[in-house]
Amino acid sequence: MATYNLTINDKSYSVEADAKMPLLWAIRDLAGLTGTKYGCGIAQCGACTVHLNGNPIRSCSIPVSAAATGKITTIEGVSEDNTHVVQQAWIQEQVPQCGYCQSGQIMSAVALLKKNPQPTDKDIDNAMGGNICRCGTYPRVRKAIKTASKMMAAKASVK
Amino acid sequence: MSINRRDFIKISGLTGAALMLGITAKAKIVKAGASDVELNAWISIDTTGKVTIINHRAEMGQGSFQAVPQIIAEELEVNLNDVKIVFGVGNEKKYGSQITGGSSTVRGSYKHLGQMGASAREMLKEAAAKKWGVDKSTCYAENGFIIHKPTGKKFNYGELVDDASKLELPTNIALKKPEDYKILRKPMPRQDTPLKTNGAAIFGLDKKLPGMLYAVVERNTRFLGKVKSFDDTETKKIPGVKHVFKIKMGVFSTTREGVAIVADNLWSAMQGRKALKVEWDDSGFVFHDTAQLYAKMEEDLKTKEGLSARTKGNPTHALEKAEKKIEAVYSTPYESHSSMEPLNCIANVTDDACEIWGPIQAPGWVQDDLVNVLKMPREKITVNMTFLGGGFGRKAFTDYTQEAALISKEIKGPVQVVWTREDDTNQGPWRPGMMYRIEASLQQNGRIDAYKFRMAGQNMDHQWPGADKESYNGSTTEGFLEPYYEKFSQYSFADIPLESPIPVMWWRSVYSSTNGFAYESFMDECAAAAGKDPLEYRRMHLGGMDRYLAVIDKLEQVSGWKSRKKNEGYGVAITECFSSIVGEVVKVSKRPEGGVKVDKVWAVMDCGWYVNPDIIKAQVEGSIIMALGAATKHATTFKDGKAVEQNFNTYKMPRIQDTPEIEVYNMDNDEPAGGVGEPGLPPLTPALTNAIFDLTGKRIRTLPFELEKV
Repeated sequence: MATYNLTINDKSYSVEADAKMPLLWAIRDLAGLTGTKYGCGIAQCGACTVHLNGNPIRSCSIPVSAAATGKITTIEGVSEDNTHVVQQAWIQEQVPQCGYCQSGQIMSAVALLKKNPQPTDKDIDNAMGGNICRCGTYPRVRKAIKTASKMMAAKASVK
Repeated sequence: MSINRRDFIKISGLTGAALMLGITAKAKIVKAGASDVELNAWISIDTTGKVTIINHRAEMGQGSFQAVPQIIAEELEVNLNDVKIVFGVGNEKKYGSQITGGSSTVRGSYKHLGQMGASAREMLKEAAAKKWGVDKSTCYAENGFIIHKPTGKKFNYGELVDDASKLELPTNIALKKPEDYKILRKPMPRQDTPLKTNGAAIFGLDKKLPGMLYAVVERNTRFLGKVKSFDDTETKKIPGVKHVFKIKMGVFSTTREGVAIVADNLWSAMQGRKALKVEWDDSGFVFHDTAQLYAKMEEDLKTKEGLSARTKGNPTHALEKAEKKIEAVYSTPYESHSSMEPLNCIANVTDDACEIWGPIQAPGWVQDDLVNVLKMPREKITVNMTFLGGGFGRKAFTDYTQEAALISKEIKGPVQVVWTREDDTNQGPWRPGMMYRIEASLQQNGRIDAYKFRMAGQNMDHQWPGADKESYNGSTTEGFLEPYYEKFSQYSFADIPLESPIPVMWWRSVYSSTNGFAYESFMDECAAAAGKDPLEYRRMHLGGMDRYLAVIDKLEQVSGWKSRKKNEGYGVAITECFSSIVGEVVKVSKRPEGGVKVDKVWAVMDCGWYVNPDIIKAQVEGSIIMALGAATKHATTFKDGKAVEQNFNTYKMPRIQDTPEIEVYNMDNDEPAGGVGEPGLPPLTPALTNAIFDLTGKRIRTLPFELEKV
């Protein structure tokens, strides 16, 4: 057991954890941020996706010790009041059904659009292919990413 | 007019349990809080006019959280955005059945829910009319106000609830006509959406209680296997591990054994489980490999006639004499539900009460089960519902809730039991694997003459203790279009139950999920044998049935069936289950690198009276993708009496890049409401394999198959 000072959503959390504990459980059970989900534990489903220094990672498969010096962003850090353009697009397109995988979907989409504001269908496949949705919201995920892209372009042109 | 139990039977048309509602309503009003007035089981309005509507059903993605309040709010005349929606605690006396399954939420209770909204509205109207001393017929309700038409005077509902609560409950109110709907049939955004885009929705796994411990269970993964002994020396060395003990619980008529590891955090419990050494007792174990199971089914289909579901004439005899005979055997795999939220449950069992929290489809069944297991009166068992991260039938089963209660009872405190993805994938119950044999003879004009259908596989109803295994159970052969029968001169439908210790359970759309593949593949084979266009051939067997023909017509029109190009394969299928008819057309093309790809799916849903067209669209999209997964991506197989697939690396899910373009059309009519969450699933697979036949001439009769290898 060791003490780690995690920076999650620009807040500092001091947690006591086994060095091998996956970041996922530190975020959920020690920092108490339950928006990030457990789905498979082997980086196959993407439900646990968070950003580490801006890059999407599967928090179930990275030990807390490896994330201790980085900047972590979870779904709660995207915005708590649904003001982020990707959340707005998700609501507009009514993407979620059960909703369990959607934190991970949104984290992957936010990372994609940050790097590539006008993704092609192929780009969307590549960036979102690691996120499983059992309810089958994929057509709406694709649509919402395109909607968010347009919203971003509209905002940029206003500026 | 006062209302008694019998009156309520008349007006509600619901079954036994729901009628207690009338009694709640007869007691007029229950004061729910200092300022909350509960007008009936579903509606409470506080004195400031804030309206709370209960959703009494499980929300697992299918939209009941929105649909139930949408029905009530329409009649109550309130703006849905001003309404707070909350989950109802499991209480069948109050709400009637809360079992969320069989696509039943809307179709089972829409008229009753409408009455609930309407009667509350009429009470508010009457209260206002009395206050003003005017005739009630001069008042109307709008947006949370009662308005006196001649003067324009108005009262907020909150100002009326105290008076309204002293009135008798009016009954038999005429419900609004579709043309007057303001909320129903509109694509109202779901109120649970914003909770699911910022991480705020609380699923079972997110729920925490003060002082709660966490448990995982190392279960014997071999069917009927037991625990001989275990060594927890290393487990107990893991910091945080508090208890390790053997646990035994009921799974249908059999038991499952394992060792529970309880710790003060989940990670410690998981580490403790890794360090645990268990010696299993597999005595009495019988091998049940996939190949053996299917060999038995194939044998049964050759030698047995099975339990008769329905028969007309003697098709066996007619087929023997027939000149033109078609015969085919189809096979479908066992499947895991694999909800994205793995099974989990919190229980807090004390000496005289039990409280449960979790992702639960059937709170009433959890109570039934725990009454038995804990020997506790039903009213002492409280079942709280959270959001469900998927269900698909699995979370209507009570093994995981029973296990949590048993562990809590042992440690005498609150505990959350979490299943890993591996546990969720390798324990079942699964959708049973099935084999089908269908034979038919054709008339000169190509129409089916004699038809004989048999299915072999585990019967889901035969697992319960005391099940009648000697007669047909009533749902096994579902999914077939009723009008087809009438066109056959003779027919027989039967199922041949397979005995196996593998636990099986409803999987989205239940028997129809596999029956549809057999029924509609075979229709296509008959069409090909008769030299007819597949759409035209279905029309020949639906003559005079306008509702079905309308679905076919719509499919033909939207898919461009007649104008399809040479290098495109088109396939159609139409099935009926949970009182809804769904037809789908799939378009496929050849991939340059070999195999085929699914380009597009058109779906036409006729669910009769409906609530929210956007939720219908979403449910059909999801059903199509789930069916595509079961047809082309995943299957559960068995070796040495255990499931082989453990996680998403081997039980492979369809992903965004596997998803075709999907167009969904909803028929607009006022037929009785049918289900929405499941009926979109069965037609996809046969429409897909029929399209592949159209493109390549290859007939796929065994699932799953790989599109890339066609």
